[in-house]
Amino acid sequence: MKHLPGILLRHRKHTADHPTEMLPLPAKVQIPMSMHIGAPAAPIVKKGDAVTVGQCIGQPAGANGVPVHASVSGTVSAIADYRTPFGTVCQSVIIESDGLQTPCPTLAPPKMDTKAEFLAAVRESGSVGLGGAGFPTFLKCSVEKTIDCLVVNAAECEPYLTSDCRQVLEHVDDVIGGIRLILQKLQIKRCIIGIETNQAAGIKCLLDTLAKDQSANADITVQPLPSRYPQGAEKVLVFHTTGQVVPEGKLSFDVGVLVMNVSTCAFLYRYCQTGMPLVERRITVDGDAVAKPCNLIVPIGTPLRDLLNYADCDIDATKRILLGGPMMGMAVCDLDMPIVKANNGLLAFCAVPEVKTTACIRCGRCMDACPMHLMPMQLEKAYRKQNVAALQAYHVMLCMNCGSCSFVCPAKRPLAESNQLAKALIPRT
Amino acid sequence: MQTLTVSPSPHDRGTLSTTKIMLAVLIALLPACISGCMLFGMRALVLLAVCTASAVVFEALCRIIMKREQTISDLSAAVTGLLLGMNLPVDLPIWQAVVGSFLAIVVVKQLFGGLGQNFANPAITARIMLMLSFSEMTSVWRMPQSDAIAAATPLVSGDASYWDLLLGNTAGCIGETSAAALMLGGIALCIAGIIHPVTPLAFISTVALGSWMCGDNPLYQILAGGLMLGAWFMATDYVTTPVTVKGKLIFGIGCGIITVVIRQFGGYPEGVSFSILLMNLVTPYIDRFTMQKPFGAMPAKKQEEQAHA
Repeated sequence: MKHLPGILLRHRKHTADHPTEMLPLPAKVQIPMSMHIGAPAAPIVKKGDAVTVGQCIGQPAGANGVPVHASVSGTVSAIADYRTPFGTVCQSVIIESDGLQTPCPTLAPPKMDTKAEFLAAVRESGSVGLGGAGFPTFLKCSVEKTIDCLVVNAAECEPYLTSDCRQVLEHVDDVIGGIRLILQKLQIKRCIIGIETNQAAGIKCLLDTLAKDQSANADITVQPLPSRYPQGAEKVLVFHTTGQVVPEGKLSFDVGVLVMNVSTCAFLYRYCQTGMPLVERRITVDGDAVAKPCNLIVPIGTPLRDLLNYADCDIDATKRILLGGPMMGMAVCDLDMPIVKANNGLLAFCAVPEVKTTACIRCGRCMDACPMHLMPMQLEKAYRKQNVAALQAYHVMLCMNCGSCSFVCPAKRPLAESNQLAKALIPRT
Repeated sequence: MQTLTVSPSPHDRGTLSTTKIMLAVLIALLPACISGCMLFGMRALVLLAVCTASAVVFEALCRIIMKREQTISDLSAAVTGLLLGMNLPVDLPIWQAVVGSFLAIVVVKQLFGGLGQNFANPAITARIMLMLSFSEMTSVWRMPQSDAIAAATPLVSGDASYWDLLLGNTAGCIGETSAAALMLGGIALCIAGIIHPVTPLAFISTVALGSWMCGDNPLYQILAGGLMLGAWFMATDYVTTPVTVKGKLIFGIGCGIITVVIRQFGGYPEGVSFSILLMNLVTPYIDRFTMQKPFGAMPAKKQEEQAHA
């Protein structure tokens, strides 16, 4: 099959062989009410309330939101404003931990006999896409279109990040269980797990597990993918697993494909067993400032500082902190920011390469690298002229900000950045 | 704690830079330069050095006068200067070579906005301007390792052996006579991923085919004259040639056709530089008609018309 381009990166998956550790319980957590795409939840606790692990502390507002749950047991010490890495402000609930991690007494495995009950339960779980986008899982599952294939995203194409990789290696049964659950509840006939070939252990683990119960799992296949960034981008993944081309302005549902992150699948399985909502997640802590790179299970809302301290990060020497991977992650300016549901990596760097932009030499490397076959150098020119018609003619809206163009540019031009700015010029229809 | 740097993604950049690309081109030109100096002697070395140095000086002066950021460290001026020097006959007066550098760097490159903005290849255009201005450019040829002046180039005489053409033991410009040294550098650049092989291959095979159709010896035609230097090093200049592979193919074929037509029917014995310059001029149009289709893009004919209006 023809492959989309993409670029070769140094994988730097230092933590791929390290078993996941539990982060010691933080003294307090700050849980934002907006950790999903959609309207922020409304806090339903007040200062001084005692809360337990898994207790709902934020009710969804609007049709698309999901509830927010306490990740530690203890006392609500404040309802405070919180500035997200995006710069917006939303409410957050700050909980002082009592160190007991008492689970909420009302938690029980959810009833999910019908599709409607399943969707309601998925919403109640507070589940959002754990791969980084934070799209509410129940919304994904409630699409009315006919879904022919579930594509599970285990590509993990960003350098450093290994949280999905460890998920597969440590709890592969949760992954397969989650896939079975979704296939059954949503009446989907088959599933393809897309995983990069640099995760040889993960591929073997998945294949061995599927082989153990071949008859039951005949509808699940593992598709090894070339280790080229951005293999995990939705449209790239859908094309490389199913051969379907998602048209411009459409989503993968429109070609009958439901894409779900591997850790999200595993979470859904655990949730249907225990009823414990999304209160913790696995996160990779790495970077050249971190002495002890590791994967950690952390309660949602834990301050970044706690993770960095645990991983022996030289905070005094740190010059850049990223949430997510180096290609699409977000640089943050505050160590007291909390871990949110969609974070999959926390990277700290001492060395920030100096980037000196020079003139475009029309070498075309950005164009050769673009997984969407765009022409970033033309887009940049059109953006500088604020030429909206040209930007549309060059299909700027197809850019998913993977950063491949900026990465390969020998003149170090901020191509991905200018695409993002250009997209804001396009009128929404 | 120090101040944290906040910037948009991606937070990592590749290691390739414009300077490294230009350095790679300079290194790839070395075999042909060394062979040129060995064949034509010390004066060839002097001429190459003068061209390169004067090109860099003109670039530096231009940037100072225009109050722009200094760009000589990107080595693009050095590449232009060296290419120009390789395109000159060894006996050209030094001052004429300096005029050539001036034309290439100041007139063709910097007046249009510097690196990336010039629409014509500076070295090629300067060579053509010198050729049209000074008779020494086209009349004074010297056989390698001798003082015999006014030997005709192999394209005119038609009597050089393949061996001489490969090693460069023929009359001609300093850097264009040794086909073997030029191919060595060109192929190395392809392997290093600096240039795309489609342009030189299309260019050279079109010249071979066209010459054969006109009744000439195709192998002789591709080894003689400035074709190897032009096809591997000038027709592959990023700035003045198309960006897509399809565009590069059209560019190479176009260069080949024009070269054959000039060689067969034109008043000049050699047409490589004219062909590249002419194709430089149509590059924006080739680019426009060979745009790659974005993945999953919906037809946007109407949008496109507006964009170019």
